[in-house]
Amino acid sequence: MQVHVEGIGLLGPGLAGWADSRAILTGDSPYVATPTVLSASPLLPPAERRRSVPTVKLSMAVGAEAMEQAGRDPATVATVFASSSGDPDTLHQILDTLATEEREISPTRFHNSVHNAPAGYWSIATRSREPSTSLSAHDESFQAGLLEAAAEVAADGWTVGLIAYDMPYPEPLNRVRPIAGSFGTALVLTPQPTDRCLACLDIDITRGDEPLTRMADIGLEALRTGNPTARALPLLSALARVCAGGGHETVVLDLPPGGRLVIRVGSPC
Amino acid sequence: MSIVSSIGAGQDATLDALRNGRGGLKPCSFETVMLDTHIGEVEGLDDVRLPAELAGYECRNNRLADMALRQDGFAEAVAAARDRYGAHRVGVFLGTSTSGILSAELAFRARDPRTGALPADFSFATTHSTGSLADFVRRRLGLEGPAFVVSSACATTSKVFANAARMIAAGMCDAAVVGGADSLCLTTLYGFHSLELVSPTPCRPFDAQRSGVSLGEGAGFALLERVASRPALGSVHLLGAGESNDAHHMSTPHPEGLGARLAMERALADAGLQPRDIDYVNLHGTATTYGDAAEDRAITELLGTRTPVSSTKGYTGHTLGAAGIVEAIVSILALRTGLIPGSPQTRNLDPALRSRYLQANETGRMDRVMTNSFGFGGSNSSLIFGWAA
Repeated sequence: MQVHVEGIGLLGPGLAGWADSRAILTGDSPYVATPTVLSASPLLPPAERRRSVPTVKLSMAVGAEAMEQAGRDPATVATVFASSSGDPDTLHQILDTLATEEREISPTRFHNSVHNAPAGYWSIATRSREPSTSLSAHDESFQAGLLEAAAEVAADGWTVGLIAYDMPYPEPLNRVRPIAGSFGTALVLTPQPTDRCLACLDIDITRGDEPLTRMADIGLEALRTGNPTARALPLLSALARVCAGGGHETVVLDLPPGGRLVIRVGSPC
Repeated sequence: MSIVSSIGAGQDATLDALRNGRGGLKPCSFETVMLDTHIGEVEGLDDVRLPAELAGYECRNNRLADMALRQDGFAEAVAAARDRYGAHRVGVFLGTSTSGILSAELAFRARDPRTGALPADFSFATTHSTGSLADFVRRRLGLEGPAFVVSSACATTSKVFANAARMIAAGMCDAAVVGGADSLCLTTLYGFHSLELVSPTPCRPFDAQRSGVSLGEGAGFALLERVASRPALGSVHLLGAGESNDAHHMSTPHPEGLGARLAMERALADAGLQPRDIDYVNLHGTATTYGDAAEDRAITELLGTRTPVSSTKGYTGHTLGAAGIVEAIVSILALRTGLIPGSPQTRNLDPALRSRYLQANETGRMDRVMTNSFGFGGSNSSLIFGWAA
């Protein structure tokens, strides 16, 4: 499947936006892990802004960055939201409440608990009525999201915003499902090349045992293995190098059992 | 394809219940839940034993999925497809809204009073994790193609048909298992209660006195394959799929049914069909005041007032993340048998609603049926099934 990248969003520990992170991803600047700063999206109406939970803030920040770079009105763009989990804070609070005698969940908390809450808030904020899929595949959620987004581009000819995010649970869930840092990324993918294209991706599934692409920097490698969405880091690094004038690269991501997602990252076609 | 809901396990039991007007809603006695409501609970779920090698996936949701995999020769049909295409060429695209969260609910009650730690036998990845369902089903069926769980609230197991169709069209697989499972849990029972959307009586879609949803659980699966050049006689085709968002509110549908209408229009366009080509619509029809009114408006403005429509949630309850697949299979059963299902508790049709809503069963030949599924976050999906062209 061939897709063209028109916009990139990124927010994670020590990675404050795509523009500021490019030199870190190419290895030209040192990586320093500082906590991710989240704020409610200015795109949301006041009521939804007040109700927005951390995963909504994270996903909307990276989605908005990628759309702005692509120069696209998000109302015209289909979306794929990928995450290993619903909002961790919300799920914790609901589970905590249900373990008490009262069991009184707040209605806002309940609607924020659905896996597609970020997609719902995004649709309200951007007035987008285009199709949206919210999916999950545990540690392979980013890879699954990229596959689905690429299939929408390739099979349906849609322009698609892939928005992926994962963040840690509070205790006690953190101990049984540790997730390192709050990390989100977004890609705007198009079926045809445009003058705004940053790169071209050729995506395929193989049955090979090609070695997975890892991060050279120890801190970024820890983030890659510690946060499901950060499995995207090798792809983002290759994109940073190609955008800086580097030659094409091949990125290999895990797709168990026994599969690989192989992505050839090249200059705009 | 296979189906399980509170009205029965398997296609025959489901059809028998629909023919005889036997609903599955009963006063709620689930777990420790103290709510004045009726629910559609699947019988015998506590007796299901997962295969020994998959015991780590033990939770209500995966048991429900397993029960559905055993119905209607489904697992055998998938095994034949696996032999035909190769395990890595069969994808798994499933939906659930709450996966095995009941396991986490019970684990939170059993936290260590001193440390707050969850019990040692709680396994997050194989139960609570949203992706657990696809992981379990893929292993259970011995498949190695691309797999993920779509969790777009109550539209989710309708949307997976579109996901699978795209993956097949893009050449990522040759066939796919679609469907999913959503099981009863405290989160949704108390959550819908908090929204004041739960009816004290068995739900009455499109009734003037309708008073909200009855929750239920269900599961179902279908095997989708690339269209053969000469499809077998009697094979049912996914003719079109349409998806949209309301862009309106997190838990209330657009009052004019704009998103619902857009999903139906896109499904018709995808199928290359006109509104008059649809012989029956299985509605989302949850029996909330606003939801039924919005869907009625979308239906009448797009299809007019002559197409027979009904909601089968009076039988099964609202099976949430499983509603898409349960009602897709009910729609296909209608197409195959000519039985157009009525609506058990609906007595006095709301005069403000103008669709041709069926209270009693009818029979007749159908060529194309549509099924609607809408969810929180304003997520909408509409599917059209019919005979091969």
